[in-house]
Amino acid sequence: MRIENINGIGASAGIAIAKAYCLEEPEFKIEKKLIEDAESELKRFEGAVNQSKTELQKIKEHANRELGTDKADIFEAHLLVLSDPELLNSVKEKIENEGLNAEVAMKEVADMFVSMFESMENEYMKERAADIRDVTKRVIAHLLCVQVPNLSLVSEEVVIVAEDLTPSDTAQLNRKYVKGFTTNIGGRTSHSAIMARSMEIPAVVGAKVVTTEIENGALVIVDGIDGTVIANPSSEVLKKYEEKKTLFEVQKAEWAKLKNERTVSADGYHVELAANIGTPEDVKAVLGNGGEGVGLYRTEFLYMGRDQLPTEEEQFEAYRTVLESMEGKPVVVRTLDIGGDKELPYLDLPKEMNPFLGFRALRLCLEMPDLFRTQLRALLRASVYGNLKIMFPMVATLDEFREAKNILLEVKEQIKGTGSAVSDDIEIGIMVEIPSTAVAADLFAKEVDFFSIGTNDLIQYTMAADRMNERVSYLYQPYNPAILRLVKMVIDAAHKEGKWVGMCGEMAGDEVAIPILLGLGLDEFSMSATTILQARSQISKLSRVEMSNVLEQILNMKSAQEVEELIKRKFFDLISY
Amino acid sequence: MVEKTFTVIDKTGIHARPATMLVKAAGQFGSEVNLEYKGKSVNLKSIMGIMALGIPSGAEIKVVTKGTDENEALESITETLVKQGLAR
Repeated sequence: MRIENINGIGASAGIAIAKAYCLEEPEFKIEKKLIEDAESELKRFEGAVNQSKTELQKIKEHANRELGTDKADIFEAHLLVLSDPELLNSVKEKIENEGLNAEVAMKEVADMFVSMFESMENEYMKERAADIRDVTKRVIAHLLCVQVPNLSLVSEEVVIVAEDLTPSDTAQLNRKYVKGFTTNIGGRTSHSAIMARSMEIPAVVGAKVVTTEIENGALVIVDGIDGTVIANPSSEVLKKYEEKKTLFEVQKAEWAKLKNERTVSADGYHVELAANIGTPEDVKAVLGNGGEGVGLYRTEFLYMGRDQLPTEEEQFEAYRTVLESMEGKPVVVRTLDIGGDKELPYLDLPKEMNPFLGFRALRLCLEMPDLFRTQLRALLRASVYGNLKIMFPMVATLDEFREAKNILLEVKEQIKGTGSAVSDDIEIGIMVEIPSTAVAADLFAKEVDFFSIGTNDLIQYTMAADRMNERVSYLYQPYNPAILRLVKMVIDAAHKEGKWVGMCGEMAGDEVAIPILLGLGLDEFSMSATTILQARSQISKLSRVEMSNVLEQILNMKSAQEVEELIKRKFFDLISY
Repeated sequence: MVEKTFTVIDKTGIHARPATMLVKAAGQFGSEVNLEYKGKSVNLKSIMGIMALGIPSGAEIKVVTKGTDENEALESITETLVKQGLAR
């Protein structure tokens, strides 16, 4: 038995101790055989198809319950593929006329359809090839009596070990049994990491070798606090982590007491702690963790994972639900931020050399005014149901902001013209994530109602380092004095004009960054809902005046590392773990 | 045999979601139900057959039904196409 200590990135705090469930692509050994009894082979084929249908039906119901009908629709299409007469008859013909065994017949037919879809020019159609491969693989697995891993069928406590978890994998996770997970790839901002935090399960991502080093069924510890994974721990190590787990849970219970408290620093200064959300369902976690608002509602999830644009009504319903359930607390909605790593196949946009520097977000919305107006109409109509603030992403020039604002005002007049109500207190702001906007923040501050600093992009654009590229990820340095100076410029410029500033990147919930941001005078911190209570506890022990006294020293340090060391030395004895 | 011609008005053409609805509608009838587009004819009970046509917005399509319940089948397909705003 090997004992391994694997390091990765702690993506979601907490300790999980359970048996490993290795999510592996099953290996198929398909042998071509000539069969004599076609009838029994046909029966074997039908049996495998029926078993696959039963499983898909379960997956569909699970997705329906956990994620809504929208996400479940894809499995409805998968089920139809298994009832498709063209597909079934082709396989049956191969069995009857060519005397092929069922798995080979299925594979040949599947390959034919896959290559047909893959050769289509439309990106959307090309992706459907993956659906066919997925569905037919399940049938072949049953014919070969190979188990297909299915995360929704997990029925004992496990830790998932995988190369990566896709949105459809996470769609199947059962929170009751999945205690944590660890993946080879990914970072703090990758899809799987974000999912882990919103599901509140410990996770370590980017651990490179977990799938090769950990055997199925081995006892595994996932330490999402320090980013460590340990397989087959000795009894002493196990005891140590069980204690750490208890300690963390005690700490969490203490934080829970702060749920209905205001966020106030030790010297009586109030800041707002808000949450980032992607769907109306996320609001529950925001309120459950004592969020004072929604600082970033990422509307692109309404547009993703489907094959056509959402209608105005669908959007209106989603926005209204969020505004109503937040009960008058501020909700900052970001208009469509698509492009970069988030594609919409049905828009059929050409591939770009540099998608992060390309046709995305507001740039795309201004070029496609119909799409933009539909979203604005839905937002404005929903505005009467709560405290709405609208925010434009990826603004690089003042002209872009003015153009977007003009369109918004036009749409507003049109709606009023039809006799519908629109709130008159909607603040209009921008994301500050492009260095040009941060540098010219004083000019923007005269025209916008608020700023929200999007640090994930601001850092990668300022350092010219792709945050997904592991070889340059060391340059993703939130504490670099260059970044801190930019943040200071933005906050000072806004305050000079009497405007407020929020931050909605990962940095806003980072325990090393929080003392600095408090000292800089940040008004609103928007983070994962599950980080709010921890941040509230931290801020209650910090003095803003004391913090602003060390700012000059921090801003003149030579490296991110020096900043981090100073903060930890000076302020971390105050943080209780 | 009965038939009817439509123009696809859905912005994204006939993709997975509408195809799913059409296949389900066609599957309720014993008659043969075919869809013709650009001279190609496919079985409307086959989701992959329909998807493989890659029917874009603005396309002219013809639905042909043949069998004992051909009228009911054509009516049901027409209703699905029109009600869902897919074609007119």
